[in-house]
Amino acid sequence: MIRFEPRGPVPVTRVLAVTLAAAVAALLLAAIPMAFAGLSVFEAYGLMVKGAFGSVFAFTEMLTRATPLILTGLAAAVAFRAKLWNIGAEGQLYAGALAAVAVGTGLVSGPSFILIPLVVLAGALAGGLVMLGPTLLKTRLGVDEVVTTLLLNFVIVLFVQMMLEGPMQDPMGMGWPQSEPILDEAALPKLMARMRIHWGLILALVAALGVYFLLKRTVWGFEIRAVGENAAAARHAGIPVTGTFIRVGLLSGALAGLAGVGEVAGLKGYLTADLSPGFGYSGIVVAMLAGLSPVGVVLAALFIASIFVGADSMSRATGVSNYLADLIVAMALLCVLVSGLFLRFKIRFVGGPAAKEAAE
Amino acid sequence: MTEILDILLSANFWAASLRIATPLIFGVIGALICERAGVLNLGIEGIFTAGAMAGWMAVWLGAGLWGGVLVAAMAGAFFGLIHAILTVPLGLSQHVSGIGVTLFATSLSYFIYRTALPDVSSPPRIEAFKPLDIPVLSDLPFIGPALFQQTSLTFLALVLVAVTAYVLYRTPLGLAIRAVGDNPSAVESQGLSVYAIRMCTVVAGSAIMALGGAFLTMSAFDAFFFGMVNGRGWICIALTVFASWRPGKALIGALLFGAFDAFQVRLQTEVGSFIPGQVFLMMPYLLSIAALIVVARKADYPRALLVPYFRGQR
Repeated sequence: MIRFEPRGPVPVTRVLAVTLAAAVAALLLAAIPMAFAGLSVFEAYGLMVKGAFGSVFAFTEMLTRATPLILTGLAAAVAFRAKLWNIGAEGQLYAGALAAVAVGTGLVSGPSFILIPLVVLAGALAGGLVMLGPTLLKTRLGVDEVVTTLLLNFVIVLFVQMMLEGPMQDPMGMGWPQSEPILDEAALPKLMARMRIHWGLILALVAALGVYFLLKRTVWGFEIRAVGENAAAARHAGIPVTGTFIRVGLLSGALAGLAGVGEVAGLKGYLTADLSPGFGYSGIVVAMLAGLSPVGVVLAALFIASIFVGADSMSRATGVSNYLADLIVAMALLCVLVSGLFLRFKIRFVGGPAAKEAAE
Repeated sequence: MTEILDILLSANFWAASLRIATPLIFGVIGALICERAGVLNLGIEGIFTAGAMAGWMAVWLGAGLWGGVLVAAMAGAFFGLIHAILTVPLGLSQHVSGIGVTLFATSLSYFIYRTALPDVSSPPRIEAFKPLDIPVLSDLPFIGPALFQQTSLTFLALVLVAVTAYVLYRTPLGLAIRAVGDNPSAVESQGLSVYAIRMCTVVAGSAIMALGGAFLTMSAFDAFFFGMVNGRGWICIALTVFASWRPGKALIGALLFGAFDAFQVRLQTEVGSFIPGQVFLMMPYLLSIAALIVVARKADYPRALLVPYFRGQR
């Protein structure tokens, strides 16, 4: 018999230790499919570490990959804090990217210090507005937001495809479904010469600090946490639960929208329908790995990004499928879920008749 | 207008509706069974993929078609077991565990497929299920080609609806499953194990879901390809609410959905290209959301859905 005894407040060191143990467990588990694919596990992990940290280029690539993950991770973390299950970060990311491209490819012209904020705001607003629909449906009509946000992902990606094959197609794009390039004045500047790393990273880090401050130090933050812990009790205590859900939804969608802005205005320069390799879904993993803490999101995003970039590089070197990266990330999520138990509960293994008596 | 009538009067349209509905029937029945026991299973999209891949690969390796169906069900049961362990005795968030299972099942299936077949540009094909040629019935005018020239898996799906309805409403087992989703402590006080019932139900429901994926590779197509499930699993989650957790209504919902999908494809070819194709492709998702909005007010959720049960706690 296993028994769970709830624990009191958990010290930060324990959170870190348990999360780290979960990450290590995921890497150990991933050794099984790697061995099946005929890889030498040590060599493969060596190649992965080298691929993510082995050179300045590798390291900046890892940070570039972490940028959207920080933002989608924050989007999931802040929503999950209020138990608003936003699974739609993928669609909100595309909405943000679409708005950024709509504004940034010549709709308005001006110097960078006007255009860049406009593009960023447009992307955040678009992401937030997409999330407003499911939030209102949840609060007004009781429609489950998990399903609506999920289904909207497909609708939005199809909408993006439609725009890229129609009104927003680049006339100079040789018929490819892609948008016009973002104006130089509207693009997020690069952080380093000859590298792909861009100001989106700074934006993401500022957003993480902002969310940290919001949750820790403001009334809204308190309300978000209270609603997440017990919506009925929060309502009883006079907290505007509906308003809190709407604010959280807007914020969560806006953060995911910013991830889209960074990818088009900072990295790619134009929009295609395969902009995101599932950043929205990986954001959920990042948020869970982080225990829904904004600072943790940054660390978790770096971990997940190094797996993706490292595994990509390892896969190129060894010829093993790069779906391995997704597999490790999925395993990390499951391991972290289980490890959460060790934080919330003391786990006792008890046996024999004494346990039966205690259970009765 | 005549085009619309032509579509509705063609046997081919009704046959396609039933064919498109088949994987959804498996999916929604599986999801419904899990939710009746109080466990939301968002692993469905990944379990579809796993069923599609495992079933296809088993046939490709020479297990035979029904062997493939069995392997697909076992793959579904495996991922269902993971979800069941995480959510039932461990009581973890059903949303997050389900998403985790979807990511795990999808990436594992893709990884295994790619590892087994590293360098193929066109996927190898298998000998898939053929439409049955039922004596007399298949030869009836109109009705024959519309309803009776389907593969065995479609008929299996229809039988499954009837069996599920019977088990849920007419047997003690069904009563126990429904009670565990509504009032688990009452079940415990009857001396039954909430954990055992919930876990077995989730495993069985997941095995059924996987058959929806198997239908894709072993009946609708004869190969596995990336992204082939393409949101069908999520549609099943929406259909479950639409069906208010009843097998009969689930069948109707899946059939309506199949009919709509078959209709839009045909309308698209008739009406031509001045409406972008994506508008039609969006419709299933928008329709699902609309259906949820319509039924949400009176949705009669299993009362213990999403609520973990811990022994000895009320």
